[in-house]
Amino acid sequence: MYFDYLNVLVFGSVGLVFVFANMIVGSIVRPRRKTKDGLEIYECGEETIGDAWIQFDIRYYTVALIYVIFAVEIAFLFPWAMVLTEAFQNPAIGAYALWKGVLFVTILFLGLAAVWVKGDLDWVMTYEGPEYVPTAERVRLQAPTMDDLAGSEEETETEPETDPEVAA
Amino acid sequence: MALLENAFEENVLTTKVDWLLNWARLNSIWPMTFGLACCAIEMMAVGAAHHDIDRFGAGAFRASPRQADLMIVAGTVNFKMGERVKRLYDQMAFPKYVIAMGACATGGGPYFKYGYTVVKGVDRIVPVDVYIAGCPPRPEALLEGLMKLQEKIRKTAVIRKPAHLV
Repeated sequence: MYFDYLNVLVFGSVGLVFVFANMIVGSIVRPRRKTKDGLEIYECGEETIGDAWIQFDIRYYTVALIYVIFAVEIAFLFPWAMVLTEAFQNPAIGAYALWKGVLFVTILFLGLAAVWVKGDLDWVMTYEGPEYVPTAERVRLQAPTMDDLAGSEEETETEPETDPEVAA
Repeated sequence: MALLENAFEENVLTTKVDWLLNWARLNSIWPMTFGLACCAIEMMAVGAAHHDIDRFGAGAFRASPRQADLMIVAGTVNFKMGERVKRLYDQMAFPKYVIAMGACATGGGPYFKYGYTVVKGVDRIVPVDVYIAGCPPRPEALLEGLMKLQEKIRKTAVIRKPAHLV
């Protein structure tokens, strides 16, 4: 009865051994050639501009929160506007309903003004982090200059003169 | 250098291990998703159902050089792209192979004389294993180039010493 879960143990240990056996065989067999150029951070073939391990400024989060002000305003003002004309037919609640709506919009506007004053509406894009030092030398392929092209042009022009048929 | 790479003399055991490793390598050559010009259209045709490069185990086009074994340079390489080609080749993991597909990648092609922005052959930037003729080559030609590369890998000495070191 102590071996009721032996199959679980065997299953787990075989799985564990399989993973590490493959990693060990791979480390023995694979070529281990590391170049400075190859170890640079992959950025779709462009020159690497920085590390991925940076503090990323999640600006959009505040904008999304501020959007909630307008979303709530729309969600509540549409049904309020739909019934307002009907409410004015009853003098007991007509003006009361109007001022209630105005008060609601005012409170939301005060919230917007607060974040405006606080500066949350300014979209600041700053990067504060260590400067990336490239690990490899930058490759610059030089396209031929106009002088090089002019030189090659002369070569092709002189080719027919040395042609054996013309010489013969 | 790996622990066992090119460490043994040639005998029955090492040749069999090499055969196994090369068999594994040549049947899973994953190319990089990397098309430069019209040759890439033919490369896409090779990847599609009719020619089906997956028959050779080379159908998994990887979007990252870290996972790719083969770089099919399919098209005209100009100087601006040449820097990127070099960098992408460097970022691929060993063992890595390059196929120069078509006339442009092989030697400049129709841009050889007046193409002042074109690299006259991608072998000026990266080492090329197989050249494929054509402008563009037919899909069958790319498949044959792949088979030539497989033949080349089949002869590679992995754990035994290569012939020139014995």
